[in-house]
Amino acid sequence: MPRTTSPSASKSRKARRRGPLATISLLAVGLLFTGGAYAAFSTSTASAEVPAVVSAASVEEGEKLFAANCASCHGLALEGTENAPSLIGVGAAAVDFQVGTGRMPMQAHGPQAPDKPVQFTDEQILSMAQYVASIAPGPAIPDESLLDGEGDVANGAELFRINCAMCHNVAGAGGALTEGKWAPSLSGVEPAHIYEAMVTGPQNMPVFNDANLTPEDKRDVISALKFMEENPSPGGNQLGSLGPVAEGLFLWIFGLGTIVAITVWITARSN
Amino acid sequence: MAQDGNSGTDIAAADSSSTGHGTEHAVGTAVVARDAVQNPGFPPHRARVTDLDPKKEKNAERTVYTLFYLSIVGSVLAIAAYMAFPIIPEDIGSVRMNNLMIGLGLALALLAIGIGAVHWGKALMHDQEGIDMRHPVRGSEDTRARAVEIFDEANRESGFGRRSLIRNSLIGALIAFPLPAIVLFRGLAPENENPVDLLKHTMWEAGDKLARDPSGLPIKASDVTIGSVFHVIPEKLASVGHSEGYLEEKAKAIVLLMRLKPEDLVEDEDKKDWSYDGIVAYSKVCTHVGCPVALYEQQTHHLLCPCHQSQFDVTNHCAVIFGPAARPLPQLPIAIDDEGYLIAQSDFREPVGPSFWERH
Repeated sequence: MPRTTSPSASKSRKARRRGPLATISLLAVGLLFTGGAYAAFSTSTASAEVPAVVSAASVEEGEKLFAANCASCHGLALEGTENAPSLIGVGAAAVDFQVGTGRMPMQAHGPQAPDKPVQFTDEQILSMAQYVASIAPGPAIPDESLLDGEGDVANGAELFRINCAMCHNVAGAGGALTEGKWAPSLSGVEPAHIYEAMVTGPQNMPVFNDANLTPEDKRDVISALKFMEENPSPGGNQLGSLGPVAEGLFLWIFGLGTIVAITVWITARSN
Repeated sequence: MAQDGNSGTDIAAADSSSTGHGTEHAVGTAVVARDAVQNPGFPPHRARVTDLDPKKEKNAERTVYTLFYLSIVGSVLAIAAYMAFPIIPEDIGSVRMNNLMIGLGLALALLAIGIGAVHWGKALMHDQEGIDMRHPVRGSEDTRARAVEIFDEANRESGFGRRSLIRNSLIGALIAFPLPAIVLFRGLAPENENPVDLLKHTMWEAGDKLARDPSGLPIKASDVTIGSVFHVIPEKLASVGHSEGYLEEKAKAIVLLMRLKPEDLVEDEDKKDWSYDGIVAYSKVCTHVGCPVALYEQQTHHLLCPCHQSQFDVTNHCAVIFGPAARPLPQLPIAIDDEGYLIAQSDFREPVGPSFWERH
């Protein structure tokens, strides 16, 4: 009897609920729109500012910053010391990546320089990049058009699986390497830094030059990564996308824990 | 003793004969342990709160039927969720919402029935414990005689023993029936091909251009800058279709191409011409159990297999420096052609991948 009455009851409930839901969704759309418009506005102003600081003055400024912050390890003439490699020919891209992600200046010697809070302003980083690039040519900071994330996602994902996934994990969650080194997670990394890492091969990462992955290919890879970041996983919570270990641990603890608890309850005497 | 679904006379017979057997055993050869543990019997029955307090009983009853009604609500919610959260093509998020909501409804429906039933059993159902004695496994003499009689009768009526031609042909038919399955399963194995040959050789032949995976574009030696790593397939593999064994060939022929400073390479005399100006090519198939080894560290020149952490030293012919792999990764001898493209000198000189029955 209840089965026959409840569907109609729920239907009428649904009809009544439509009103408030519409208001909430309208509100959400409105908030999203204002937020999106603000983000678009602020990024467009930021990108407009960048070319303005490119000038001869910034090379001089960069030289001073380099002498004060980098030269003790990399040498005053970028020639390198026994503590750090030569920076001749690494290009502006390498500087923007290393300093822009906070990996340089390095805090302590270790198997790998970790990313940490950035120590310089965008302008200062650009100045140092200009200076290093002025000593010897090298890969440049990529053009904005390659970083828009509007490339071919399917192609990018295939290239990512072939060239990157073995270290960075298929979902870009990162993974362990040998002797304390690791491939970092790629979620939340700025497109420019992803591009620069591919071109320059920082630390133990191999180089993926333009003959291997064309600039358009790199744009596709970045698009695929951004797509993965923005789209929810169809399978629910990813548990860090770390694969069977994280998922197994979760199930062993919570799945088996629940089963044990239910079994205890079933077999316990009622009081 | 009414477990048997038999007629009344049979049960009476079984009862009398079972007691008869009992006395027979007592005088038999069975060893009777004198210090056997005494049956402690049941602990005293403890009344539950629902037995003592009618209000608690009422409460428990209410809980149980509320759970059952909740189950109905869950079922209805699952149906409603199916309609309210449809799967929209192209929108992966909608699949998650659809699955989650239907799943929550179904989980509520099933869980509420289960919890309700267990609670009913624990709190409300009669909880005095009783004993059902086990009956002997052996049937009574009468039952056994009757069973034999039934078999004889069936044999007589069907003529199974008498009509031997029918019987034998039926046995033959039953034996023949599984034969097609054996032949069909045999068809899954490589046909007219020796699996050992297949395992020993890959698609690479002398003069094959090294090409990028998956595009199949050939690679010039000058493209491979120091520190670079290329994922390589034979150029001709790119034109092989999936139905023509693309994956089977690729699984054996995949190669990792790296360029080191030539002075970093420590090469055997007889393998000196297998590399070109610091460019080396190695099979990507781990010699342990065949995972793709491609975690290349461009400063330490170590190759790491992600499955079981075998490490190979690229500077030293990919010798194993850590982990369970038993052999170095096979090296593909390479050269360059007139136009500067990298080509293979030959196939791998040894089988790629893990051990098999003719390779240890």
